[in-house]
Amino acid sequence: MKISVMALVASVGMAASAVAAEIAPTAVTYTDGAVEQSLTGVAGNPEEGAKIIGSKKLGNCVACHQVTALADVPWQGGIGPVLDGAGDRWSEAELRGIVANAKMMFEGTMMPAFYKDTGFIRPGKAFTGEAADDTLGPLLSAQQVEDVVAYLATLKD
Amino acid sequence: MNMLTRGLATGMMALFAASGAMAEAADDNLVINGEIEIVTRTEAPAHLSDTMDEIMSGWLFRGEETRAMEADDFDNPGMIFVEQGEEAWNTAEGSEGKSCADCHGASSEMAGVRPVYPKYVEAAGEVRTLEMQVNDCRENRMGAEKWDYTGGEMVNMVALLSSVSRGLPVNVAIDGPAQSTWEKGKEIYYTRFGQLELSCANCHEDNYGNMIRADHLSQGQINGFPTYRLKNNKLNAVQSRFKGCVRDTRAETFKPGSPEFVALELYVGSRGNGLSVEGPSVRN
Repeated sequence: MKISVMALVASVGMAASAVAAEIAPTAVTYTDGAVEQSLTGVAGNPEEGAKIIGSKKLGNCVACHQVTALADVPWQGGIGPVLDGAGDRWSEAELRGIVANAKMMFEGTMMPAFYKDTGFIRPGKAFTGEAADDTLGPLLSAQQVEDVVAYLATLKD
Repeated sequence: MNMLTRGLATGMMALFAASGAMAEAADDNLVINGEIEIVTRTEAPAHLSDTMDEIMSGWLFRGEETRAMEADDFDNPGMIFVEQGEEAWNTAEGSEGKSCADCHGASSEMAGVRPVYPKYVEAAGEVRTLEMQVNDCRENRMGAEKWDYTGGEMVNMVALLSSVSRGLPVNVAIDGPAQSTWEKGKEIYYTRFGQLELSCANCHEDNYGNMIRADHLSQGQINGFPTYRLKNNKLNAVQSRFKGCVRDTRAETFKPGSPEFVALELYVGSRGNGLSVEGPSVRN
């Protein structure tokens, strides 16, 4: 019953305020690359965050980063820094900024922006090779970004 | 390298492979059929002197078994398609009733052609790929239908033309009338396309040798094209590969044969100047 109760709480919360409070990708305020304000007003779920980080179909963060705590996820890449201890190195606001658009903190970084929906060169419709249409949204939803940030905050040395 | 350091290097490679983060390029030499020596590692061409010291064939970034397949034509599945290309080479077609061989002689006479393409073709007033030249011959010399730019017949023919140049150094001209196309290709190489905002350079210049999920990133050299990929069990044209790469940045791709991809092929080809022609190669 825990799940349905949580779902109920979540849906009530969404209906009440979160949808209205959700910050659009173009409206996010970055301060030195960090984003203070939650994108949804709803606390992130670290368990969901872990799934997003490991899933090829979602964040696929492990394509480039290693996370020792997620050792059961195969083939973790070696492009970006290891994420172990990320919760010690960065504040929640910094983590949110890095996940949403790392280029705001690290100029020229290879890391894709996960909460951005404009300003691309020849954007495509997912992985089809066709041109994007008006359904183009950010790579992760606002809540998914919050979930990832919540998980990263748990990574302590 | 003595035995001890070699053993140490092997051990470290195993360690990196296990952690999934990084794997060195192989320390190996390629000799095809025990006679064609292939340069898979050499000094970078002058135009890359600010960027890298050494250029490496994608062969060095593949596993031992895959590497071995390319060392023997009986084990290289791409050679079946070379044979099909050879058949087409000798078959008369079109309103003129001519075969390639009628004008050019034996396919082996074409040794030395592959390494200099794409190149500026004076008569056409533009930079052309080998595929464009093949289709020009078909249309204007043979009176035959053009082939699909990346279709099976074309890939087979390009594989044949590559195979007779194996071991010769890639030597694409980047100056003179080719320069403006080369500059355009260079610009494309460094442009961060698509929703993932990735350029060719992000992966193949800045991160070769690193793992991106299960893929071991190479320098993206094209001296081995057409490439028999174990992933799709067929021979793949270079511009099909370009298309796949651009698609994977969540971008709207360019079309094979488009001016953009012709320019990119010239530029990427020139980054491999000095490596041997290897096509048809075997890759993952």
